[in-house]
Amino acid sequence: MSFDKYHGVMVFAEQTDGRLSTVSLELLGKGRDLARILNAELSAILLGSRIKNMAQELIYYGADRVFLADDPKLANYQTATYTGVITRQVLESKPEILLLGATDIGRDLAPRIAKRLGVGLTADCTELVIDRESGLLHSTKPGYGASMMYTFVCPQSRPQMATARPGTMKVPPKDAARKGEIIDISKKAAAEDEPVKVVKRVKEVKKGAKLEEARIIVGAGMGVGSAEGFTVINKLAEALGAEVGATKDPIDEGWIAGDCMIGQTGKNVRPELYIACGISGAIQHISGVWDSRIIVAINTDPNAEIFKIADFGIVGDLHEVLPALIEGIEQRRRATRPE
Amino acid sequence: MKIIVCIKQVPSGAKVPIDTRTGALLREGCPSDINEDDKHALEEALLLRAKDGGSVTAITMGPPQAEESLREALAMGVDEAVLLSDRAFAGADTSGTSCILAVAIRKLGDFDLILCGKQTSDGDTAQVGPQLAEELQLPQITFVRKIQVVNGIVQAERSLEDGYEVVEAELPVLATVVREINTPRKPTIGALIDACRKGKVIVWTAADLEIDRNRLGLEGSLTKMTRAFVPQPKKRAGKIYKGLPHDAVRNLLDELEGKHLIG
Repeated sequence: MSFDKYHGVMVFAEQTDGRLSTVSLELLGKGRDLARILNAELSAILLGSRIKNMAQELIYYGADRVFLADDPKLANYQTATYTGVITRQVLESKPEILLLGATDIGRDLAPRIAKRLGVGLTADCTELVIDRESGLLHSTKPGYGASMMYTFVCPQSRPQMATARPGTMKVPPKDAARKGEIIDISKKAAAEDEPVKVVKRVKEVKKGAKLEEARIIVGAGMGVGSAEGFTVINKLAEALGAEVGATKDPIDEGWIAGDCMIGQTGKNVRPELYIACGISGAIQHISGVWDSRIIVAINTDPNAEIFKIADFGIVGDLHEVLPALIEGIEQRRRATRPE
Repeated sequence: MKIIVCIKQVPSGAKVPIDTRTGALLREGCPSDINEDDKHALEEALLLRAKDGGSVTAITMGPPQAEESLREALAMGVDEAVLLSDRAFAGADTSGTSCILAVAIRKLGDFDLILCGKQTSDGDTAQVGPQLAEELQLPQITFVRKIQVVNGIVQAERSLEDGYEVVEAELPVLATVVREINTPRKPTIGALIDACRKGKVIVWTAADLEIDRNRLGLEGSLTKMTRAFVPQPKKRAGKIYKGLPHDAVRNLLDELEGKHLIG
């Protein structure tokens, strides 16, 4: 089978309530890299209502071309409508690669699109690269609770589709001087019928919701000692502009909300900096943090497993170390930014 | 109301035996169980049947031993159990699996509702539900944490990252459920013994299904695995500071500042 007619990388730019999802920007960064290697164009497809300004934003973040469907029918994500519009645009533009975020929306939408197009799809990837020899997209994803990694290719169909796990790729720098083309495809929305009616949408701020997007995370384990012990954890997080996460045990103790759980039964995170406080380092937790750029461990036990995966460690009681750390951070901040 | 529940047998327990060279699961002697999300789908089907009447059919595709999971479903209370098992099915990806399931479900005749678990604990893709819905040209409602049927209309609450959504659709519909929807019943030992002795499991092979052989199994899969490996943690600097907290903290902050992580 020849795929000569297929060119370029297309990214589904996901927005809700007029806000672009971070993973869409991450995908533009990754898409740009892939397009460069393929010597091809990077496009984005953006659906919503009153979102024209966002199309320009996508160009600043790396898109050469944005397919914009702006219609009141597209205000909120709905499976059938979005599937229809995107599928028809893909059939027209024929990208070689189509990427979506592995979010609620992406995981609802991508399999449906892949099936309608009759193409292969790899879910929840943490790594996307072009194999220089074959030119194929190699999509790598964890399996069996992160105990294994698997790499997939889709050699027989185009576009090659993948969803990417949020937080695993870098947001590219914004370049307000970048130029690109915006193509209005709003008319495509008219043809779609939606069999599922949304009666209402309710926003709930879930604790720990930002963990996957956080640059810095303070993680807490049993060493914190009590619910009150979290005061100093929260203070450190505040001083660093960080989010708070935890291992399973303090959550089971009821010291902190379950949504904050990091590790095998919780979230996978990869912040720039992870500070493990009073965490022994069981594999169930470590597997959820070991992609962090820098890991700092603070623990009373010098033989704790956590020190084996740490870049920096302090052997000591967190209730003594953390106050000193907070003070140190504030001092340095005052020194660099005098009031 | 006729409900069909798609289930999968998955390896149970935290440690899954895997051939680290090929990435293949070492099924031999590996304890397995019904995928957790799928148990919640079974439970919800049984609850809906208790309220609205009708029947529940459990269906799975897998090797012959996947019959165990159907016997457990029978012990939980489903009316009918169907096993799709053939060497030709082996190695199917989500697209291939949903294709085979769709053909089998059509063969079963009319239905009102298909329930699936949100995702499996092994593949973790959450793709089979939506892909099956597309194969059968059905509306899909994913991540459901509450569901009821009133006068042929499904009303469901979808659990989302930033809240929830209430939706409605006319039957027939395919829904995938999350674990917060219910607590699955545990079949009694008596029911399990009955299901093993007397329970009937219908077995269909490729010959029983009208399906293009090119779409089956590994050959018919659009995704191909090229590599399996054990993830290796990155090499770390491993600088550990002991001694007075203030000295240790100063050293640490110097390092973090040097990497532009603070300040």
